[in-house]
Amino acid sequence: MSAPARSGAWEGVRLVAGREITQRIRTKSFLWTTVVLLVLVVLATVGASFLMRSETVLQVGVTDETASLSESVTATAESLGASVEVVTVSEADGRSQVTDEELDALVVGSADDFSVVAKSTLDATLSTVFGLLDQQATLAGEILALGGDPAAVSSAVASAAPDVESLDPPPEVDGSQIIAGFVVGILLFISLQICGQLVAQGVVEEKTSRVVELLLVTLRPWQLMTGKVLGIGAVGLGQVAVIAGAGVVTASALGLTDSIKLDLGATALWTTAWFVVGFTMYALLFAATAALVSRQEEVAAVTTPILLLMMFPYIVGVSVAPWAPDNPLVVWLSYIPFTSPLIMPIRVALDAVPDWHVVAALAGNLVVIPVLVWLSGRIYSNAVLRTGSRIKVADAFRGA
Amino acid sequence: MPALEFDALSKTYGTLRALDDLSFTVGSGEIFGFVGSNGAGKSTTMRIALGVLAADSGEVRWDGRPLDFEARRHVGYMPEERGLYPKMKVGEQLVYLSRLHGLGTRDATSAMERWTEILGIAERRGDEVQKLSLGNQQRVQLAAALVHDPEILILDEPFSGLDPVAVDVMSRVLRDRADAGAPVIFSSHQLELVERLCDRVGIIKAGSMVTTGAVDDLRSSTAPRWLVDAPGAPPGWTAGLAGVTTVSTDGTRSIVEVADAPDAEQAVLRAALSTGPVREFARHRPSLTELYRHVVSENAAGGAPVPGATASVAVPAA
Repeated sequence: MSAPARSGAWEGVRLVAGREITQRIRTKSFLWTTVVLLVLVVLATVGASFLMRSETVLQVGVTDETASLSESVTATAESLGASVEVVTVSEADGRSQVTDEELDALVVGSADDFSVVAKSTLDATLSTVFGLLDQQATLAGEILALGGDPAAVSSAVASAAPDVESLDPPPEVDGSQIIAGFVVGILLFISLQICGQLVAQGVVEEKTSRVVELLLVTLRPWQLMTGKVLGIGAVGLGQVAVIAGAGVVTASALGLTDSIKLDLGATALWTTAWFVVGFTMYALLFAATAALVSRQEEVAAVTTPILLLMMFPYIVGVSVAPWAPDNPLVVWLSYIPFTSPLIMPIRVALDAVPDWHVVAALAGNLVVIPVLVWLSGRIYSNAVLRTGSRIKVADAFRGA
Repeated sequence: MPALEFDALSKTYGTLRALDDLSFTVGSGEIFGFVGSNGAGKSTTMRIALGVLAADSGEVRWDGRPLDFEARRHVGYMPEERGLYPKMKVGEQLVYLSRLHGLGTRDATSAMERWTEILGIAERRGDEVQKLSLGNQQRVQLAAALVHDPEILILDEPFSGLDPVAVDVMSRVLRDRADAGAPVIFSSHQLELVERLCDRVGIIKAGSMVTTGAVDDLRSSTAPRWLVDAPGAPPGWTAGLAGVTTVSTDGTRSIVEVADAPDAEQAVLRAALSTGPVREFARHRPSLTELYRHVVSENAAGGAPVPGATASVAVPAA
């Protein structure tokens, strides 16, 4: 029996990646982090939905006499950016419901001459709504008395808005976007950090157990490194996709997607894309630095600089970006390779950046990757068979 | 007959000359025992052959062609530092390793089943390697070297840490592989085992091959030695005999070396009989251990290499 010829270098990479995937997804720690992150995202989405509802949907009751007003109430409220649900009730029921706070307001009287019942004070938005309605009714009466056409006048008035040209429009951010920004920032940081550490530990595990010497008889160092990065990356990507997907599904199921500004699909897609780019960059760094040491205890020491490099944009991303997506530090960090994978997706969630900027930042990161591949491949190849004390980066690079 | 040739390998670590123009050849179907003290260069030689270490100069050839990356897929290797994934299951690990050597999934699985059976670890296929005893881990390590049906075996101390039963199994496996035409090279400090198992032996010292050859050839390379058991003989009883030296004395038994001439031993026998009864008088063949000590001590004393031994011996015609 002689071994069939193997189809090229990528077969080796595929085998290494396959081993990483099957071994990783079976570990308890992987299952637990996935479950915890899933729960986190679903809870955040549910929390967001409560926030949205309590914020916007106002309940207004009308009696049979004032029912003809319901359309105007809804339309006027909508023009003010609030959503109103109108229900028809008897006056007695309506009054008790207002008392019980089931209704925010009850419209009584007649369509021409109505009055509003509120518990203590009328909601500010509703107050404006009814004020406008009252003004319109009064105006219509006066126009009619002067022999004019109220409909023609109101349409003329409606179109008489000032033309405002905003040179630097303030970003409008709603609650759902802020929550999404947080979730995206935290999810990316945790995933990138966990997957990066897995790569580092995997590299050192092979050195510590000396299995690397056996592997390198049939594999080139770059095949081993690439396979490991791809395999762990695929597992991490699957994890992020599942979690992001769970967020989207929960949001749609709760009917959240209709009433919020957040573009869920784009956010999930960009988050995933940035994970891929960020993971590739950081995983290569982790692989190269981990190859410098021979014991798991030393991994933390060599990978700390990389963790700090991730920590900085993460902290800026979750502490500054959601409140000030246009803060110069946030903006700059979102374009610089290494920091942008952790910040740009937050800005995307906040809808604070045009698509072509995101694409440009992504391209900037992609340009760095071939350099990283070369650099980390060299360090890894030179260091991975040298066991014992920690190797200096410069020595590994020179291959001394 | 293809042969595995180690041709003029040199390797220097800083100021330490680990290998110094080392050459030897292992023929197809031959078991070659690689003997030498710690740090003599055995592992370095093997690691160079497997490409995990680069030689400063020299090359390793198989069948006349350099043993390159592609050819190494057909080598079964057992590194000095044992290496397996501790948290991977035995069966999966062996399948994975044989797939890296180019086997398809089905072939790899059946090879794994066959070798775990032969090496007596079939019941442990589903266990993580770290849960196995050291001896069983060693068997897995050997299975890892064999599972892709290699054409060449290079094993660094395959017998260390094995119980006697495992030693027998391992010996049989090596013999089978050699009979199937593979050159088998292994290092060991268990010289009796090397003597019993190997067709040829190479003794390495300070990065150079001191001697290579069949154990029998090496034995007869020294001057003839005789064992004499003469209880009545006083110390130094051979002193008056020309060309005779006493190599060692153990109680009433002495080992004497005589000149390599016909009937040179008869004078010794006569001298012994003249001191009283002689209980035993027989030709003494030095064990590999004695040869090894001889080689190592002679060279340490700065003396000449073993008489009759050459730095490199051609493969005997099989």
